[in-house]
Amino acid sequence: MSVFSSKKLKPLIHPILTENPVTVQILGICSALAVTVKLEPALVMALSVTAVTGCSNLIISSIRNFIPNSIRIIVQLVVIAALVIIVDQVLKAFAYEVSKQLSVFVGLIITNCIIMGRLEAFAMANKPLPSFLDGIGNGAGYGLILAAVAFFRELFGSGSLLGYKVIPEAFYEFGYRDNGLVILPPMALIIMGVIIWIQKACTKEAK
Amino acid sequence: MLRKYIDKIKPHFEKGGKFEKLHSTFEAFESFLFVPDTVTRQGTHIRDAIDLKRAMSVVIIALIPAMLFGMWNVGYQQAESLGVVRSLMENFRFGFLHVFPVIVVSYVVGLGIEFGVAQVRGHEVNEGFLVSGMLIPLIMPVGIPLWMVAVATAFSVVFVKEILGGTGMNIWNPALVARAFLFFAYPSEISGDMVWVSGVNEAGVQLADAFSGATPLAQAAAGHPFTASLSDMFIGIIPGCIGETSTLAILIGAALLLFTGIGSWRIMLSVFAGGAVTGLLFNLWNANSYMALPFYYHFVMGGFAFGAVFMATDPVSATHTSTGKFIYGFLIGFFAVLIRVLNPAYPEGMMLAILLMNTFAPLVDHCVIQVNIGRRMKRMKQPEPVRN
Repeated sequence: MSVFSSKKLKPLIHPILTENPVTVQILGICSALAVTVKLEPALVMALSVTAVTGCSNLIISSIRNFIPNSIRIIVQLVVIAALVIIVDQVLKAFAYEVSKQLSVFVGLIITNCIIMGRLEAFAMANKPLPSFLDGIGNGAGYGLILAAVAFFRELFGSGSLLGYKVIPEAFYEFGYRDNGLVILPPMALIIMGVIIWIQKACTKEAK
Repeated sequence: MLRKYIDKIKPHFEKGGKFEKLHSTFEAFESFLFVPDTVTRQGTHIRDAIDLKRAMSVVIIALIPAMLFGMWNVGYQQAESLGVVRSLMENFRFGFLHVFPVIVVSYVVGLGIEFGVAQVRGHEVNEGFLVSGMLIPLIMPVGIPLWMVAVATAFSVVFVKEILGGTGMNIWNPALVARAFLFFAYPSEISGDMVWVSGVNEAGVQLADAFSGATPLAQAAAGHPFTASLSDMFIGIIPGCIGETSTLAILIGAALLLFTGIGSWRIMLSVFAGGAVTGLLFNLWNANSYMALPFYYHFVMGGFAFGAVFMATDPVSATHTSTGKFIYGFLIGFFAVLIRVLNPAYPEGMMLAILLMNTFAPLVDHCVIQVNIGRRMKRMKQPEPVRN
């Protein structure tokens, strides 16, 4: 069996849509509200979380047989914390502006329920390679939703995408205004709700 | 004749007919024009003559004085701002031309969504939007761009009514949510000094010297002296949202609501009581000029009276127990004045106070019922008096 057979890739593909951590398992909502005002920080956040979930799944899975069961949570936390610090330092070194915008939320990746959840549910019981793919898949699923929410929030809230104005000036001259509510957290929840709504409606029809 | 025509086309909309999908639309028009011929088929069933449609119609009629006055006032304020004198009818015509499009947009968008959703779900369309569609224009400033009205109406109908199950299931008052949406989404178009009078925003308008577009609420919040007298505020010759300025016209509507028993006197009374008590408490504190303001000014400024009469009494989003209504109303009055006086960022506390209490209405009801159950349990446990 080749490495890229569909069965092997299942942990990578599955979490992106059918078992999306945000819209199906409703995890990681807090950071999804906090960093989605603009598209750029949302994408960076998605990449950081993907890196952390993938690497932590890989590490925990490789040492899963040596972790005493009674202190496994502490061991997992140490691994996640170390990875988050590394990500934070990398961001500060190479993307200082974005890391300033993300501020405390990079550090708070450590509390993101998706990471702990995947470690407990998947990495502790599976081999390193599938665990790594599972981590990447969950990070990508999280990132996809983050990007979608941030896309609508930046488009309607600031009239721009990735910092470039996309809504032409002529619209503003006709009386178009940016929607201030989209910038506020409640609207992020509503957009998220709509995404979940659409997904539920689609999967119901597929069944 | 109309009846005959409807009967003739009716089979097309029944099951299997040509326009089966449009059944609910047809049904809605039929029951709008006539009393529907559906009869309860089994079991004993008592129906009140007051159904949803009657109740809605009475509220609409009660809103008419405030609406007509609002139209005149729009014209009057505009004339004032330009320093010209116009006759009553001219003012009214000017106002009508500016207010009517807002009403049309609100109804078209709101009813359009309601009809669409009813079609998709196979429900019957009901009259739920008739009142909201009238309330929305009355709590907008006159200069509001029409597309914003449309967006806000769509938002409130979809996210506050349809998602929660349609008329009768909404937690918040849809009209107020529409206003709150605009308030947070487009603050520059719905608050400040320049939105209350038509045409002031436009470039090149020559304003009269003594003109100030500020509402009394804004003046109070900024600590400026009022430009309008108390009686002007009561009659409503002040800038403000279209339907909210005239406490007098609102009271006429309130009388009709109370007389027909559609508005709850408990809620109206306790909202004013709550406002009065809070106003008096602030008078005691007396830390700035707004706090020293006599409490009755709160009743005639801004949307307090309008909210108390038409918004707080919305039977769906208010409390249902009698004691609960007193608590609910009192807290609305309390929070409205509290927000107005203590938070200068939100000059209109009434909207936020009502939405806040809408959220807590089920909790208030729950507590009232639990207290009642507890009291009865206690009474039951008491030993029977010994009779000889």
